[in-house]
Parts: sequence; structure tokens; C-alpha cells
Amino acid sequence: MFKKHFLFTVLTLLMVVSLALAGCAAPAATQAPAAEAPAAEAPAAEAPAAEAPAAAAEKMVTIGFTASLTGKLNVESTRQNNGLNLWMQQVNDAGGVKLADGTVVKFQSKFYDDESNKDRVQELYTKLAIEDNADFLISPYSSGLADAAAVIAEQYGKIMITTGAASEGTYQKGYTLVYQTYTPAGRYLTGSLDLLASLDANVKKIAIVHENDKFSTDVANALEAYATAQGYEIVLREGYDSGTTDFAPIINKIEAAAPEAVLGGGHFADGQQFAKSMSEKSLAVKFISLLVAPPEPTFAEIGDAALGIVGPSQWEPLAAFPADFGPTGAEFVEAYKAAYGEEPSYHGAGGYMAGLILQKAIESAGSLDTEAVKAALDAIDMTTFFGKIKFDVTPESHGLQIGHEMVYVQWQKDSAGALVKQVVWPSAGKTAESLFPIR
Amino acid sequence: MNFFTLLTALIDGLLIGVVYGIAAMGLNLIWGVMRVINLAHGALIAMGMFTVYLLYSNFGLNPYLALLLAAVLGLLMGMLIYFVAIKRVQNAPYLSTLLATFAVNMILIGLGTAAFTTTPRDSGFSIGSLSLGPITLQGTRLVAAFVTLAVTGTLYFFLYRTIPGKHIRAVSNNRAAAELMGIPSVRVMALSFGIGAMLAAIAGALIATFFSFTVLSGDVYQQKSFIIGVLGGLGNPLGALLGGLILGVLEGLLPLAMPNTWVPVIEFGLFIFILLVKPSGLLGGKK
Repeated sequence: MFKKHFLFTVLTLLMVVSLALAGCAAPAATQAPAAEAPAAEAPAAEAPAAEAPAAAAEKMVTIGFTASLTGKLNVESTRQNNGLNLWMQQVNDAGGVKLADGTVVKFQSKFYDDESNKDRVQELYTKLAIEDNADFLISPYSSGLADAAAVIAEQYGKIMITTGAASEGTYQKGYTLVYQTYTPAGRYLTGSLDLLASLDANVKKIAIVHENDKFSTDVANALEAYATAQGYEIVLREGYDSGTTDFAPIINKIEAAAPEAVLGGGHFADGQQFAKSMSEKSLAVKFISLLVAPPEPTFAEIGDAALGIVGPSQWEPLAAFPADFGPTGAEFVEAYKAAYGEEPSYHGAGGYMAGLILQKAIESAGSLDTEAVKAALDAIDMTTFFGKIKFDVTPESHGLQIGHEMVYVQWQKDSAGALVKQVVWPSAGKTAESLFPIR
Repeated sequence: MNFFTLLTALIDGLLIGVVYGIAAMGLNLIWGVMRVINLAHGALIAMGMFTVYLLYSNFGLNPYLALLLAAVLGLLMGMLIYFVAIKRVQNAPYLSTLLATFAVNMILIGLGTAAFTTTPRDSGFSIGSLSLGPITLQGTRLVAAFVTLAVTGTLYFFLYRTIPGKHIRAVSNNRAAAELMGIPSVRVMALSFGIGAMLAAIAGALIATFFSFTVLSGDVYQQKSFIIGVLGGLGNPLGALLGGLILGVLEGLLPLAMPNTWVPVIEFGLFIFILLVKPSGLLGGKK
């Protein structure tokens, strides 16, 4: 009896405590720290056009977005947020953007924590659009959340630049105001095949082995179609479950199919394990290209098994694209390091780019009017430190990124024998010749 | 597909199978002695993984030496869990011990996540591979298989040839009778739980030498341990080894004949089939 009573008391106490905790954690709007001069508070209504021609009027533009400060997307999203804040600080410090009528535009952000949760995203973007009167929107991180936000942006007639979102689906729903920064998922591995073709035109037998999630399967489907069109023979197409750690059976199967190149992978953990197992089982192939894992610095934890593995990345600090707008790669890396004390990943660069694209469009339009900025976005064709930026303007896939190409990194050894990443493709941005064949 | 592909797949399967077996053996022993389903088994496996990983990557300690420390840590941790969480609810209905071990699991996983996040880790340890003609075997897996067999042998020697081992078997057979004979059943059960946890930690430590893992990875092996337990017979440690080998061979050979995503379907299908036709498992198991 006593025991039952005791258990009941403990359970009740636990419930009370958790309720209290949940109460404390009520979401609060968060203003971007130090990104803007606090003195210049934005007027909520439309700013009057410059009436006094002598003194240039200043207008504060609100950029609304959510970031995953908590939840599973926290790491990538925080980096994306850092990049965006860096852009905002830099553009404001440089005196803002001047419009055609002489008004100087500065930027402030309004953002909320979306908890990596789709439903929260839709609530919060609605709030950003209606209550906070955000002038422009930037997407949250990840294809899923960006897709959820896009429908709200379109509904309320706000321009939204998506970043950290590679999936094509969002741009094939007839939206007209959503623009993509990243290279779409379908092109993640097609560049690897181009690289392979440039290295050895005689390699024709490939195996596609990929994780069975939506993203990796989409990539594999696009790769298969592209490879078949290029005359490759696909000797094995195999999916594996997310969370697979034992790759030995799959590698035995690859060995039996005898391909000359292996392309595929999925995310970090499985990609790393897959690469390690292929090396340990001495799988005799000339070329290996895997998704997501190789660009991560910790990929090199597997030691020599990483040697020669090629992987696509949205951007690399090394890649040397000749920028015709915005900072150069080196300038961006330096500024980011100074602000956050770490080398930027492509998530950080993606956040910065979303701001930069918007800045370019406002500058070209010379106005904040949605229609004018939309027309400027449609016409963008620029090269930045991130690579080329150009959008599809056909009604079928309006806003899809068609200018930007992935860069392909390969793990190689430097003169001291340490593993380093080198950009090997496209040739415009490469920092080293490819290691080929790898075994 | 030639003969050597089949042979490689078979050997790969057997090598991984014995490691599955040792993980399942821990779960099995605990069930056999005290009728407790240890849902913290996965967390203990993860603890073994992290012990080896941290000692190797921070101090350069050879993983096979780190394994000894992981084993000791597992033993102590198991006894601690027994006294803190199991002892007082042991005679309550199964659900209580199930919830108690589940709570321990949540605590361990929560602490692990707070300390290490769920970022994937890899020990980066490699001792190369062994090539016999067309067959290439990973060195770490070969060693893991030998370690497992040695541990199994030692466990059997302990259970059948030493006094504490005989005490464990006595309590497992009939706790009341064992107590009447003057066997300190509480201490014996603490030791059994400790040994079960130790086997989990050893399995985790071995897995960490060849697979990457996260704080949550223990769950996968816990699930496999359940299948193996049912397959080999709950309460029978040797049955666990046999079940592990069967599971390993299935995982090795099936992907050659079908898409590998079908493997879990077959595995769990077999699980249900065994439950239906021979609920006590292949090697019987104790009532």
C-alpha cells in the first residue's frame, strides 16, 4: 500500500515539475542580436518617400525568418543563421542599400525559433507576414521546413529566398515568389559523373548504392537517368536502410557485380561507414563518390579509408570563384571566422547568400516594391563567392536554382602526408588535380 | 556470383554473428536468472562503445585494452543499476521491472546525449585486413570474433566450474531453494546483472572497433538481441550464441539474393515464426 502511494506521489510530482518546465519554455520572439543599429527603429507603416531631397531618408527593412535554435536541425540551422546575420551586419555597416529615389535602406531581422518543427514553421511565418509585417522572408533550414514556409510566403505575397533547401519539389507547385539558393538535389551526383567522364572515358560500369530516404533516392533516380543517357551501364542499383552500419553484405554484392565506379551514399554516418568498409574490404573500384559525408571535416576520422573519396558540396571555403558581386571567398571566410571563431561550412555560406541575393535584387530594382524586386530576381545572373546564381523563370519550375553548380571535393594527401580536402570539380574552381584511379 | 562471393558473405556473417551473440547473451543471462527484461541493455552497449572510443581517441589506449576497462565498468554499472533500480521492484509484476530498466535507459541515454550529443562517432581504429586468395576479411572483425569466443568460454567455465557461477545457476533454477541452502540470492543476482551488463559493454566495445556509432546506436543491437534471444531460447546463453550466428549468416547471405532492405522483414518474420511454433527457442531454454 505504502509503495503504491509513494509511486503515485512521485508520478504526480514529476507531472507538476514537467508542466512547470513546459510553461517556462513558452516561445518568445527573438530579435537578432547586434545585427542592426538599435537607434533606427523601423516605422511600422510604409515609409514616406523622400520629401526633403537634401537629406537622404533612411528606411528600415524587416527580414523575417525562423531558425531551428532547438531540435534536430539545430547545428546546421544555427550556422545558416550566423551567415545571414553576418551579411546583415556587413551591409548595414557599409551604409545600407541606396534606392532609385535616394532612400537608404538598412536591414533588421525578426526571427523565431521553429523548434525544427514543420507546424511551428507555418504558424510563425504567418505571424511574420501578418503581425510583424516582414518586408521579405528567408526560409528556415532544410527542404521540409522550407517547403512548409514557402506556401505561406506565396499566400501572403511575400518574396522568399530559400536556403539550406535542395529539394526540387517546392518550385514545381506553381509558386512565383520563392527563389532557391542551393543547387537542386537532382544535380548532386551528376557532376561526379561528369568528373569521372573527364578522367577516364573508358569507365562505363557503375554501381549506384544509396540510402533509402527521400533525398538520397531522389538523387539516385536523377543520377540513374543521367547515367543511362550518357551511355553508362548500371551493374547494380541497391538501396540500404537509414541507420545501416554493417556494409559488408552490400560490399560483397557490389564485388559480385564488378563495377568500375561506385556512386551513392546518403548522409554522414552511413557514408562514413560505407567508405571505411569499402577500404577495409579492398573493394577494387577506380572511383567512389558519396553524398553529404565527404565535405564534412570529421569524415577524415576514418583515416586512409577517406583517401580518394569524392563528394559534392554546395560550397567550399577553398573554391575560388571570381565574384562579380559581394565579397570574395577569402573575404567571406575571414569575416565569418572573425565573427564566429570557426571556419564557415556551406550552411553558413548559404545563409549569407540568401541575404546577398536579396541585396542584389533590391539594388537592381532600386525599389522595395515586391513586383520590381521579383522582376530583378528573375533577371539575376551573377557570380558570387558561392558560385553562379540564376533562377528558372518558366512557370513549371519558377524560382528553381539553375545557375549554381555543386563543387566536388576529394580527400587527398598533402606533402606532409596529412589528409586534406581539395576541390577537384568543376575545373573553374578546382584547387588540385583528381587522384585517379583511387585503387 | 561465384563460390568465393558466397564464402566471403558466409564468413562475414559468422564473424558479425558472434558479436551479436555476446550482446544477446547478456540480455539472456539477466532474464534467465531474475526474469527481468533489461531495456537498458542498449544504453550499456553504447556505454561500452564510448568507453573504447574516448580512451582510444583521447589517450591512444589500444581498443582491446580499453575493452577490459569497459568490461569492468560494465560490471560495476550493472551492479549499481541492480541495487538502485531493480532490487526493490524485482518481486513486483514484470511491468515494474520493465519500466525500471526503461527509466534507467532513458537516464543513461539522456546523460549520454547531453555529454556527447547524437553526432556519429568513429574510433578510426583499423588493423588492416586479411586476404586469403579472393577472400578479404576485416581484421577488427576477426579479432572481435575471437574475443567473443574467449569470453563465451570463460563465461561457461565461470558458470559451471566456480562457486559463484554455481550460485548463479542455482538461483536461476530455483531462487527459494537456493536461499534455503544459504546462497545469498541478492548478491548473486547483483552479480548476474553485473555480468549481463558487462557482456553488453564488451559487445559495444567490440562493435566500436569496426562500426561508427552514436549515443543511440545501442538500440539496434538491443533489438537484435531480442530476436536472437527468442531464436536461441531465452535463458540459455549458448542458445544466444547460436541465435547470433544464425542472424549474422542471414544478414550476410540474404542480400546476395534480394535487395538488402528485405533482410529485416525476413529476420522479424522468423522471429514471429519461432514464437508461433517453438516459443521456447531452438535450444529450449528453461521454464
